[in-house]
Amino acid sequence: MSKVLMKGNEAIGEAAIKAGCRYFFGYPITPQSELPEYLSWRLPEVGGVFLQAESEVAAINMVYGAAATGVRVMTSSSSPGISLKQEGISYLAGAELPCLIINIMRGGPGLGGIQPSQSDYFQATKGGGHGDYRLIVLAPASVQEIADLVKKGFDLADHYRMPALLLGDGMLGQMMEPVDFGTETSGDKFDHAWATTGKQGREHTNIINSLYLKPEELEAHNRRLEKKYLEIMKQETMAEQYLTEDAEVVIAAYGMTARITKAAVDMARREGIKAGVFRPITLWPFPQRELNEATQKAQVVLTVEMSLGQMVEDVQLALKGRLPVEFYGRVGGMVPTAEEVLNEVKKIVKRYQEAM
Amino acid sequence: MAVVFERPKSLKETKFHYCPGCHHGIIHRLVAEVIDELKLQEKTIAILPVGCAVLGYEYFDVDCIEAAHGRAPAVATGVKRCRPETFVFTYQGDGDLASIGTAEIIHAAARGENISVIYVNNAIYGMTGGQMAPTTLLGQKTTTSPQGRKAELTGYPLRVCEMLATLQGVTYLERTSVHDPKHVRKTKKAIKEAFQVQLAGKGFALVEVLSACPTNWRMSPERALDFVKNQMINYYPLGVFKSLEEVE
Ligand SMILES: Cc1ncc(C[n+]2csc(CCOP(=O)(O)OP(=O)(O)O)c2C)c(N)n1
Ligand code: SF4
Repeated sequence: MSKVLMKGNEAIGEAAIKAGCRYFFGYPITPQSELPEYLSWRLPEVGGVFLQAESEVAAINMVYGAAATGVRVMTSSSSPGISLKQEGISYLAGAELPCLIINIMRGGPGLGGIQPSQSDYFQATKGGGHGDYRLIVLAPASVQEIADLVKKGFDLADHYRMPALLLGDGMLGQMMEPVDFGTETSGDKFDHAWATTGKQGREHTNIINSLYLKPEELEAHNRRLEKKYLEIMKQETMAEQYLTEDAEVVIAAYGMTARITKAAVDMARREGIKAGVFRPITLWPFPQRELNEATQKAQVVLTVEMSLGQMVEDVQLALKGRLPVEFYGRVGGMVPTAEEVLNEVKKIVKRYQEAM
Repeated sequence: MAVVFERPKSLKETKFHYCPGCHHGIIHRLVAEVIDELKLQEKTIAILPVGCAVLGYEYFDVDCIEAAHGRAPAVATGVKRCRPETFVFTYQGDGDLASIGTAEIIHAAARGENISVIYVNNAIYGMTGGQMAPTTLLGQKTTTSPQGRKAELTGYPLRVCEMLATLQGVTYLERTSVHDPKHVRKTKKAIKEAFQVQLAGKGFALVEVLSACPTNWRMSPERALDFVKNQMINYYPLGVFKSLEEVE
């Protein structure tokens, strides 16, 4: 297939269709509205259903119902709307239902603003809703990667029977880049014997549920989920490394911020500073092993985020004190520039000069 | 020997956990009988609430989904939109439907979703031990209105049928009761009517069933029947609020 020029938000919609998703439930919110707008005409074109729900609470519960019947289904929102979806996300995790959730983040807390932000990292990777559960969290950094990760997200969700979340920011959603959607796929290859479709001659009833009143049974259920999560942590981590082989300063950043830091690294290299970028593509599971590999030559790791410091905690956990971890963040919709990041790198180099 | 009364096929052989004199059991049975009579068992998906009927999936011999508190109409919407060939009903209490789930029920109704809703109104929160519901009658004592519900503090009980009757998307609405055999039969008829609306693809139907909660009303089952008959029906009049003929 050839490349087409597309906006990030619309590419999410087209990629979902190419992945065999025919059902979307959502509620409008900036900066992701181009996605539901796109799907509102595109889904009917391919025999699918687009429905604007009365709220994000309703939308995620429509997703819960749709997913229970074994179809590929998606919802999207931005930060305040994702907060409202947390109850439903916890139920999806508890009932082991696959779906893809999109969060095109904006600044918070509260109503916050509508400009790009990465301040929902904790919410995405550490829970958000109640209970011991995990989401597979994917963080694309280009429109092409959106297309690839939407497909991947649906596959992982179906394979592990759990919700996956694509975490982007307003910049990624709005920007236009060429994209190749590749071959069309679907969820058909996955087992859906568990789905509630009506008994249709089956002896037993299929039940979608997250209630276990006996503590022994709920513990067993939690243990089953844990086993799945441990397997994912072992099998599914993804990361990109940019000039890290000899890097003495490794910048850890994800999504659009990682692209900015790459530009900063190019500038640093021209000035003779051995810098590199480590970009987690899966935020959960966090690529711990890969980060340690990428920092073999490093003296210090600088985490850059559009937040007050959220992923930095996972960076520290992964390095287990092996290296000092510095942090630089912009918030509220302010986007760090490559020059700013370069400045930070230089300051850090000065501070750690002896070691280097 | 001829069998004159037996378990409906659409009920599993599991004993109900409901309290003595609770009406959930009767209403379950009526729903199952109608599913049998309309031959829907193989294509039915039941959406259960959070409330005393939460374990409905252990009783109904059909595919079941346990929804979050109040969200059953949204879950049902998701199911029905993806699988229009299935038969989808929600079973919800008054806390579930008329308090935490008001947005979901109103918008499912306004959209004219082709689903059926069994709304069990017992004027109290049964499962959590008898707190005030939005449907609790004025003066009615609950664990969170120990002096009796006062309008100055908590306003007035919500009449769901009357409210939904204003919505164009709604096709069928009836309020019934199961406090005596005559009304049990009427309730079954109403449920059948509602289910047939969905089968004909005619949109949203809801049957509100006034129901006793002797345990949390702190009454004997017998006195609870009197409360339904003399107090509840007074405030929640029985009848058809909207029917297919009216809509057409
Ligand atoms: C989000 C949430 N809030 C509160 C509860 C606690 N809760 C469980 S059942 C219930 C009320 C049930 O009352 P009703 O819907 O009238 O059903 P009944 O038990 O009377 O049949 C409440 C408040 C919950 N499970 N989830
Ligand atoms: S608490 Fe009330 S509603 Fe619940 S089972 Fe007992 S009588 Fe029925």
